[in-house]
Amino acid sequence: MATVINPRGQQYVDLLDRVWGERRGLVGWLTTTDHKRIGIMYFFTALAFFGAGGVEALLIRTQLFGPHGHVLSPAAYDQVFTMHGITMIFLFVIPMTTGAFGNYLLPLMIGARDMAFPRMNALSYWIYLASGIFIYIALAQGHAPNAGWFDYVPLASKTYNPSINIDFYGWGLIFNGISSTAASINFIVTIFKLRAPGMSLNRMPLFCYAFLAVSFALLFALPSLSVACLFLELDRQLGFHFYDASHGGNPLLWQNLFWIFGHPEVYIIILPAFGIATSIIPAFSHRKMVFFPLVALAEILVAFLGFGVWVHHMFTVGYATVTTIYFAAASLIIVIPSAIQLFAWITTIMTGTPQFKTPMLFIIGFIVFFIIGGLSGVTLAAIPFDQQVHDSYYVIAHFHFVIFGAAVFPILGGMYFWFPKVTGKLYHEGVGKLSFWATFVGTLVTFFPMHILGLMGMVRRNYTYPPGLGFSTLNALETVAAYVLAAGLLMIVLNLAISYFKGPAAGNDPFEGDTLEWSTGSPPPPYNYAVIPTVTSPYPMWDKQDRELDNKRLERGEGVLALGHRTPGTTVQDARLDEILNMPPHSIWPPVTALGLAGIFAMLLLGHLFIAAGFAAVIALTLIGWHHHGVQP
Amino acid sequence: MVKPPLHRPRRSSKVRYGAAAIVVGGALLLSGCSKQSIISNASPQAHGITVLWWWMLGVAALVFLGAVVLLVIGYVTRRRPGLPFLGQREIAAQGLVLVFGIGIPLGVLVALFGVSDIYLIRQTAAPAPRTTALTIHVIGHQWWWEVRYDGGHPVTANEIHIPVRTRVNLVATTADVIHSFWVPQLNRKIDMIPGQRNRILLYADRTGKYRGQCSQFCGLQHANMGMFVIAQPQSAFRAWLAHTSRRSSSPTTPQARAGKQLFLTSQCASCHFIAGTPAQGTIGPDLTHVASRSTLAAATIPNTPRELADWIHNPQAIKPGVRMPDLGLSWRQVDRIVAYLEELK
Ligand code: HEC
Ligand SMILES: [Cu+2]
Repeated sequence: MATVINPRGQQYVDLLDRVWGERRGLVGWLTTTDHKRIGIMYFFTALAFFGAGGVEALLIRTQLFGPHGHVLSPAAYDQVFTMHGITMIFLFVIPMTTGAFGNYLLPLMIGARDMAFPRMNALSYWIYLASGIFIYIALAQGHAPNAGWFDYVPLASKTYNPSINIDFYGWGLIFNGISSTAASINFIVTIFKLRAPGMSLNRMPLFCYAFLAVSFALLFALPSLSVACLFLELDRQLGFHFYDASHGGNPLLWQNLFWIFGHPEVYIIILPAFGIATSIIPAFSHRKMVFFPLVALAEILVAFLGFGVWVHHMFTVGYATVTTIYFAAASLIIVIPSAIQLFAWITTIMTGTPQFKTPMLFIIGFIVFFIIGGLSGVTLAAIPFDQQVHDSYYVIAHFHFVIFGAAVFPILGGMYFWFPKVTGKLYHEGVGKLSFWATFVGTLVTFFPMHILGLMGMVRRNYTYPPGLGFSTLNALETVAAYVLAAGLLMIVLNLAISYFKGPAAGNDPFEGDTLEWSTGSPPPPYNYAVIPTVTSPYPMWDKQDRELDNKRLERGEGVLALGHRTPGTTVQDARLDEILNMPPHSIWPPVTALGLAGIFAMLLLGHLFIAAGFAAVIALTLIGWHHHGVQP
Repeated sequence: MVKPPLHRPRRSSKVRYGAAAIVVGGALLLSGCSKQSIISNASPQAHGITVLWWWMLGVAALVFLGAVVLLVIGYVTRRRPGLPFLGQREIAAQGLVLVFGIGIPLGVLVALFGVSDIYLIRQTAAPAPRTTALTIHVIGHQWWWEVRYDGGHPVTANEIHIPVRTRVNLVATTADVIHSFWVPQLNRKIDMIPGQRNRILLYADRTGKYRGQCSQFCGLQHANMGMFVIAQPQSAFRAWLAHTSRRSSSPTTPQARAGKQLFLTSQCASCHFIAGTPAQGTIGPDLTHVASRSTLAAATIPNTPRELADWIHNPQAIKPGVRMPDLGLSWRQVDRIVAYLEELK
């Protein structure tokens, strides 16, 4: 928008450019509080971890190519599959969805100029980066966590796992959890308080509903994981007995605490993907979402109900039948809101005029995989069947369709979809479609046969299998397909990387999107919108007269708020203008604070409690610097 | 290495037809391989679960097809004259969402819940106390299975003999970390948890040898923690039980006598138990009748003199990380011990 402005408007734009300019170069990135730049840092960091997790996956598949594989030793295999899980869940999917997509897009979609707490936002990123490095130091030393991503005790106890591997897990995940907790608080406040005037809750894009639901889920789920890990470390480092059955503790306490976090976690992973899907589908179907209110409600319901089903991960531990039946029923109930969303997407496509460009293709892939993963999930709520295939490859198939097929495909589609917005360039459509087909076929052939292997009795987390059980053919097939999948993913990265340098200019709105971000420049200016946008429906970009009105307001200097880092604060429900908020400028303190926290956790890991306390004191000092606002440039 | 079951599974051909109709190709693999597959079941419990599975697969296939058809309709009609962005046929579309998103799932889920979680769950449940003639205790170890029959004797490892067509009460627990007892052809699995005694029903329709495997990740050699359930006719089972309850036989050849001596004087005796000798260790499997077992080291290698010798010579090469150390015995010493152990029928 900033490009088509007449001289009168231009003077305001110049003013904003000056007020919101950040430092250049490396220092600029270190001190940034711009949600878009933070989003970009999240993106590249998460992408790097995706690469690491992907290499781990390929190592696993190569080891399982045939019976008696010799690529990895049993000890190495245990570390690799554990790190694969930890990486993909904690260091890739969550940071990629909430960190990268959420950070970059959410303020844009609601017409805000930044997140509610820009410095805390930066802090979330730096903590995430530090915790990722923290966990990967373990792998570099050959002492990575090795008891699986759900780390059951007593296998993870000091007795059976005496060296430092598990301590990296315990402290690393608590550390990582601080980042997600801060991020979710930030999202909740941003969504509730920073929406553009007029964007009442019923006009908020479904993408934002998804992130609202996810943020609440994270906020309430993470404490359970952190407490579980804290108990674990107390057991391991100070000789407590929370999980020790021989001293009156209970190993099932770990499982309960873990899955009270772990199941909502599944929805935390998948809901942002739903949000991305509900952004892409209307744009390419040229039609608003079918049943908007019901879909919004379903998104929230899924996150809420997700807290009541955790025991379905524990149907084989020997709990009383009544207990298991309750949780099976609860698990079945979740199918309903999921099915509502699914068929809302499908009917939107069906009754629209869909255009199958690359982002949309990935969403079709997502729908197909979500149906497969959802249906296999339903079969697992049949308790006797679950007890049969639990911990077999059937379960591996199920959750890869859900977590890879249904959560990562929208991420890939979203990468294509918002690439023009973020870079100002268009990706290559032909290569895009090719990359879709490679990843689609790769995913299907890698994971579908795992259902069959599970039914044939192949157990998960085995570093090898004997030749006589008929597992060999399908495993070989899966391994080949995994490489096809990897090639498809590389193709996506290359397509985007080359398009960044060589692609044609995209313009503000190449896909006729429906949400606000398409109204501003590509890439958006640091202040996002020169004039705070007018919103009168959930599809603001399709309300052309509102956008023209915004242009006129800019000429008059109305709603520009150019006197400092300012953004409007609005009321929670109706988004009526409440106050004008002054946002803090860039700052070096967030990365410094993260560094201090890293010091605390490194010392806790090594068992130096007093030095850890010393680092805590240092952090208290940095917080003084943090809250001392310098004069704005 | 693994012998085929004594009898071909009765239902396998029927299963094969149903399967081929639904999942092309994959299903052939499923039923073709009967060693550890839930499909080639050998008990009413596992059979019930398999039938449930085929039904679920059928309904799931229908739902999947339904959804795909809707998407295909969208594809075919994609060039319909342009819409004004805000949508048409709103009521029809919403109706579809209600029918497919709430109506149909509700019906299907209620049915599934009734069949599986109310009815079938009882069929596969643990037997009520004192309703079975036989109780077997299975204790998980890293990475093998200790098997104790009622009253403490006999004790064996990794091979569980049961009488055919007899309900057996299996009590599962662990000596160290969590394991999970799973013999897919016979019944669902049950976890073995410290401080807990979980129970499960074990029952076999017909004689045979059914492979099982630890299915909860339990450390380095989780992959090599297999076992067999061997269902025998009543008489054969009773004979086996009587034989296995006896003490070990005395070595007959000089080589074997030397082997016994070696066994008792080296560290073997501190970890292994051989009834009727001073070897009283309890860390490793009971070897009183080791020669009568068909595999060694939890179904990892066949029990032949050669493999046994390799195992004793360097167990770490066969099962890296195993709780039995490489004792640095010469091949000569190993041969003597093998001669002794081979006589422990
Ligand atoms: C430190 C304890 C220890 C010592 C010493 C030891 N073993 Fe073992 N042994 C084990 C364990 C534990 C296993 C089970 C390994 C597995 O399957 O994971 C085992 C398994 C075996 C088996 C296979 C049993 C079966 O049915 O699968 C044989 C045979 C055996 N040991 C013989 C010997 C002999 C002979 C010696 C002395 C040279 C010896 N062991 C010394 C602990 C020990
Ligand atoms: Cu085990």
